[in-house]
Amino acid sequence: MKINLKVWRQKDSKDKGHFETYPVEANEHMSFLEMMDVLNEDLLAQKKEPVAFEHDCREGICGACSLVIDGRPHGPQTGTTTCQLHMRHFKSGDTIIVEPWRANAFPVIKDLVVDRSSFDRVIQAGGYISVNTGQAQDGNAIPIEKGLASRSMDAAECIGCGACVAACPNGSAMLFTSAKVSHLGLLPQGKVEHVNRVRGMVAQMDKEGFGNCSNIEACEAECPKEISVVNIARMNRAYIGASIVEE
Amino acid sequence: MKLESKVPPGSLATKWTEYKSKMNLVAPNNKRRLEVIVVGTGLAGASAAATLGELGYHVKCFTFHDSPRRAHSIAAQGGINAAKNYQNDGDSVYRLFYDTIKGGDYRSREANVHRLAEVSRDIIDQCVAQGVPFAREYGGLLANRSFGGVLVSRTFYARGQTGQQLLIGAYQALSRQISLGTVQMYNRHEMLDLVKVDGKARGIIVRNLLDGKIERFAAHCVVLATGGYGNVFYLSTNAMGCNATAAWRSVRRGALMANPCFTQIHPTCIPVSGEYQSKLTLMSESLRNDGRVWVPKSVSDAKAIQKGEKNALDIAEGDRDYYLERRYPAFGNLVPRDVASRAAKVACDEGKGVAPTGLAVYLDFAEAIDRYGRARAHSRGIGNPTEAQVIELGEEIIRQKYGNLFQMYEKITGEDPYKMPMKIYPAVHYTMGGLWVDYNLETNVPGLFALGECNFSDHGANRLGASALMQGLADGYFVIPYTIGAFLSQEIRTPKFSTDLPEFAEAEKSVKDRIDRLMSTNGNQSVESFHRRLGKIMWEYCGMSRTAEGLKKGIDEIRALRKEYYEQVYVPGTKAEFNPELEKALRVADFLELGEVMMNDALNRNESCGGHFRYEYRTPEGEAKRDDDNYTYVAAWSWSEDGKILMYKEDLVFENVELKTRSYK
Repeated sequence: MKINLKVWRQKDSKDKGHFETYPVEANEHMSFLEMMDVLNEDLLAQKKEPVAFEHDCREGICGACSLVIDGRPHGPQTGTTTCQLHMRHFKSGDTIIVEPWRANAFPVIKDLVVDRSSFDRVIQAGGYISVNTGQAQDGNAIPIEKGLASRSMDAAECIGCGACVAACPNGSAMLFTSAKVSHLGLLPQGKVEHVNRVRGMVAQMDKEGFGNCSNIEACEAECPKEISVVNIARMNRAYIGASIVEE
Repeated sequence: MKLESKVPPGSLATKWTEYKSKMNLVAPNNKRRLEVIVVGTGLAGASAAATLGELGYHVKCFTFHDSPRRAHSIAAQGGINAAKNYQNDGDSVYRLFYDTIKGGDYRSREANVHRLAEVSRDIIDQCVAQGVPFAREYGGLLANRSFGGVLVSRTFYARGQTGQQLLIGAYQALSRQISLGTVQMYNRHEMLDLVKVDGKARGIIVRNLLDGKIERFAAHCVVLATGGYGNVFYLSTNAMGCNATAAWRSVRRGALMANPCFTQIHPTCIPVSGEYQSKLTLMSESLRNDGRVWVPKSVSDAKAIQKGEKNALDIAEGDRDYYLERRYPAFGNLVPRDVASRAAKVACDEGKGVAPTGLAVYLDFAEAIDRYGRARAHSRGIGNPTEAQVIELGEEIIRQKYGNLFQMYEKITGEDPYKMPMKIYPAVHYTMGGLWVDYNLETNVPGLFALGECNFSDHGANRLGASALMQGLADGYFVIPYTIGAFLSQEIRTPKFSTDLPEFAEAEKSVKDRIDRLMSTNGNQSVESFHRRLGKIMWEYCGMSRTAEGLKKGIDEIRALRKEYYEQVYVPGTKAEFNPELEKALRVADFLELGEVMMNDALNRNESCGGHFRYEYRTPEGEAKRDDDNYTYVAAWSWSEDGKILMYKEDLVFENVELKTRSYK
């Protein structure tokens, strides 16, 4: 199949950036990133600079891949990361537009690679349970209701890719942050620090330049792990509660 | 050089406890003055950095990723073993120890493995306390499942994303230490050399991947947790970025690479579909709890399937060969990975493979769906369920257990595994070999430690399922925090090192020379094309079945390829910028040397054991034939600057376990 790729090229964070169009000979069994590999091998053969894009595990779990494909983070398939998207979902002759995540808090490093270290700093602001190694009691000492563990797991499945931010017109990180708040806050082990966690993480989120949530819910629609906006409601509730509790 | 395992005296069951209680400690005020470099942030690295930070050491932690959370531990699916015996099914520390020794085909060190089994229980407790949402039973207690090579149910799991959840737990603990200031985190920094001062590891040279700057870092000791070298095969289940550079560069500085030929080929991966393929995707071993592996009995049926004239459902029950159940009735579909992989190869070599390439076998869930469906119907009081009802109820249970794996399979292949059996084939997955370490996890270079997949210590010639996560976290949370004290307690008077020392300058220069050499070659072939060719050589001669003749040929081919690499490779861009091609070029250069050592190791080991199958050494039934009289040792290899390869031996002493022929029949 013949694909026309319209790809965002940007030399570094200071460069203005522009689109370039390349023809690619693909095959329907390829993954989207393998198609990008083919493009890069073509470019290298012509001694041109390949397109930089982030990728690692190529099985949908590391959260490294981060392409906006035809205007949608991770492309047209729901619940799918870019690396798991396959060319069989496109037609020969298609023009595909590929861009980086676009958000204030995710500056472009080169071409399609962005800096997502703001996510790390949000986690460092309280996205953990304060327990040192060796302090734990027996794992079965705290029974956790199956459904509760399962809801916590639903939120914990977040891969930290940032599609939620890229999808949001406000560039908000509410889905990412609230997923961590829910994952830990739902569990009895995480309840102790729940209020402080919410305060700390929300403050850091704002500091990083992420926007506010205006209930558009594009984050949920584009999340490759289909994390629910219910988590945002849960975090908002805790945040409001925190405002009337002494620090 | 004599390799001292430094295994402490005493009985197997108590030596770790006794050793811990008698070892030298470092006082809190001294810990603050001691600096530790940790390279890698997977399970082993993140847990080590976090715990060392908690203890009060000054930690600098490095990853080439944009965030510690991306390390490939994240992709482990099935679970983590622990000898909790929550199921009351006869599990114990000794049984986990024994299973691991036996599973590793008696090529690992007894004391290390027993310690691993001991601390396995603490890992689960620690992870639960961190908020890892393990699967639970209805009563709220932790759930377990079984993995290959064992007869108990001791695997803890979080859906099909256990590695992710454990890594996030370690990442959170690490993030906490970063926020407390005990750990300084360096993302997008790749270690390119080790610095030794007076024979001890005292620092590293890294490349800042964002701007290409070469930077020097000093510390009192260096901990490597940089994973395995499976990507030497190009196609593997490893992530694209997984590489051996940190470990290999340490070998170039005097560390030894132990048992490098022990590589694990995982039996259940999605088969290769074409030349463009960039990596292989694993389907968790946990699927073999319920999936049945088969191929058609007749080659003609297989041929028809390969041509697309028939599919799995056209093959009648009686015409199917459930070859694992037939050959290994005791363990059936849950034989260890090396055995299952070889059996798949045998079936495909006989012409019974089922994909267009002829390189695939079926993993079939129809029987499990039927069984679960009937049980669920019964528990719901449906007396005479229709076939459709049974399938619907059964699929529901399969979906709960393996839903995300089935989804992943469908995304990649475009086939629905609920309706049509999965097609699977073995692929390179894990490397049991790694840097040689003693009981303290210290390499033969004083002050250089290696943890997790990066070392060789616990899995012998074959790793059991759900044991990689266990080892990574055991090393990071519960072993290195103690054993590093044995080294650092002797260093409390050692002042901080300056990176202005000539040793740092020399190492930095050698890194810059390597980069300049690759940047200036300006040939006509991409790094990727060389990597693919290396992978084909490795798979052909050092893959699932090896022969002396093939290995000799492989060594010649690798040498020729390495020569060509430095004449023909093309690296675009400049060295002083974000340049992923240069990153790859440096990694592939190291794989091209490591591959040769692997072949030498495989050639030296004139026996078949675990993942190392030498075609010349097999029983009449085609099973692996070990040679305990001559090869009960660890082969540790050095590589000198001029490419000379030497082997050193550590004899393995078994005081508690009797060496037996591994049988899963």
